[in-house]
Amino acid sequence: MCLAMPMKINEIDGPLARCEAGGLSQNIRIDFITDPKPGDYVMVHAGFAIEKMSEKEALENIELLEEIKNAL
Amino acid sequence: MLYENWFKNPGDVPFLLKKITEYSKQTGPIRLMEVCGTHTMSIARSGIKSVLPENVQLLSGPGCPVCVTPANIIDMILSLSEREDILITSYGDLLRVPGSIRGDNLLKRRAGGGNVESVYSPMDALRLAEDHPEKEAVFLGAGFETTAPGTAACLLEAASRRLDNFSVLCLLKQTEPALRSLIESPDFAVSGFLCPGHVAAIIGADRFSFLPGDYRLPGVVAGFEAADLLCSILELTRMLAENRPALKNEYTRLVRPGGNPAALSLMEKVFRPAPSRWRGLGYIDGSGYAIRDEYASWDAMQKFSLKPPAETEIPGCQCSGVIRGVVRPADCPLFGNICSPASPVGPCMVSGEGACAAAYQYG
Ligand code: SF4
Repeated sequence: MCLAMPMKINEIDGPLARCEAGGLSQNIRIDFITDPKPGDYVMVHAGFAIEKMSEKEALENIELLEEIKNAL
Repeated sequence: MLYENWFKNPGDVPFLLKKITEYSKQTGPIRLMEVCGTHTMSIARSGIKSVLPENVQLLSGPGCPVCVTPANIIDMILSLSEREDILITSYGDLLRVPGSIRGDNLLKRRAGGGNVESVYSPMDALRLAEDHPEKEAVFLGAGFETTAPGTAACLLEAASRRLDNFSVLCLLKQTEPALRSLIESPDFAVSGFLCPGHVAAIIGADRFSFLPGDYRLPGVVAGFEAADLLCSILELTRMLAENRPALKNEYTRLVRPGGNPAALSLMEKVFRPAPSRWRGLGYIDGSGYAIRDEYASWDAMQKFSLKPPAETEIPGCQCSGVIRGVVRPADCPLFGNICSPASPVGPCMVSGEGACAAAYQYG
């Protein structure tokens, strides 16, 4: 029951957002997402977006991997 | 897209394994525990266990909310489902958990004509209540902090629409009190924790700093891809090698130090902390959520004056040891012969996220 998946917001209509991932489109509740915008990525769990994903931080994750790799 | 390109295969990041092996030579044998059903599944699927050095053992703790729901609660729900006017809704894997009688579960009751529906989201349960005004719809709200704000939002929506035939049976649980109880138990033998990323997205990474703060145990808030897990294991191994326990957040692309304030305030509005019983861990103060009195009309416990019957453990099942990380699934005498996903004896085999089901499927 705990599976969560990142989805992209396409359209917003009140507490609902039309989201997509891997060709799949779904209506998701965004009640507790601050300032959601089309184009944002959110992590979706049991029909609710739980948090926005940050592209900047994701890039930092990848940079960190590169650093570890280069330090060897 | 970035998030989909994230390294999914542990084979793509051999340099992480090399580092882990280096540090593990300094630590000697260590036992790292995850406490999240999704971690259990990602670890099993990615095959990480088979590539880690021998010194590093991964264990599953009480991370599957279905597996920690006690049998007497299921018994209570099974007898509620016998009422003609009741419609029970919940997540699919909860419907498959047996009560104290083996093989008896909500799905079986449905096959026998009982009103039971499986839903993906609490909002689907609300819709079913609207579609069936002649029934009392009871949503079984299980889960950890990740599921709590959505359950709260759903209950508030029912209250604002004055949907009187809908109620929530609150089975939600909190992670921190369970971890503390586990750590303080006499047979505790874990060197560090992979902290649940999606729980932390709600409550904040900082909430896990009690691990180094109170117990000198390292913790890493971890994401769910193979590279996330290996990075997190690497951090734990490094902290153990250097004997400098701290709390780190590896999952910064989703998890903020203070979590999601809007979600937390929804939870605060609807729930208050309450004692709760866990399979394998017993009663733990403040480890559950109860629905606040203002919303009593949507609280199934109060609405139907429910009382769980006395607790009985399933004979032979070692789930309580499995959940505490002191028994490995394969060491349970029932594992694989009497107990399998097709014919589960205990809850750890029922849910795909349970330690026994993951061990059965992926070895
Ligand atoms: S193998 Fe089955 S009976 Fe044994 S601990 Fe796991 S779920 Fe319980």
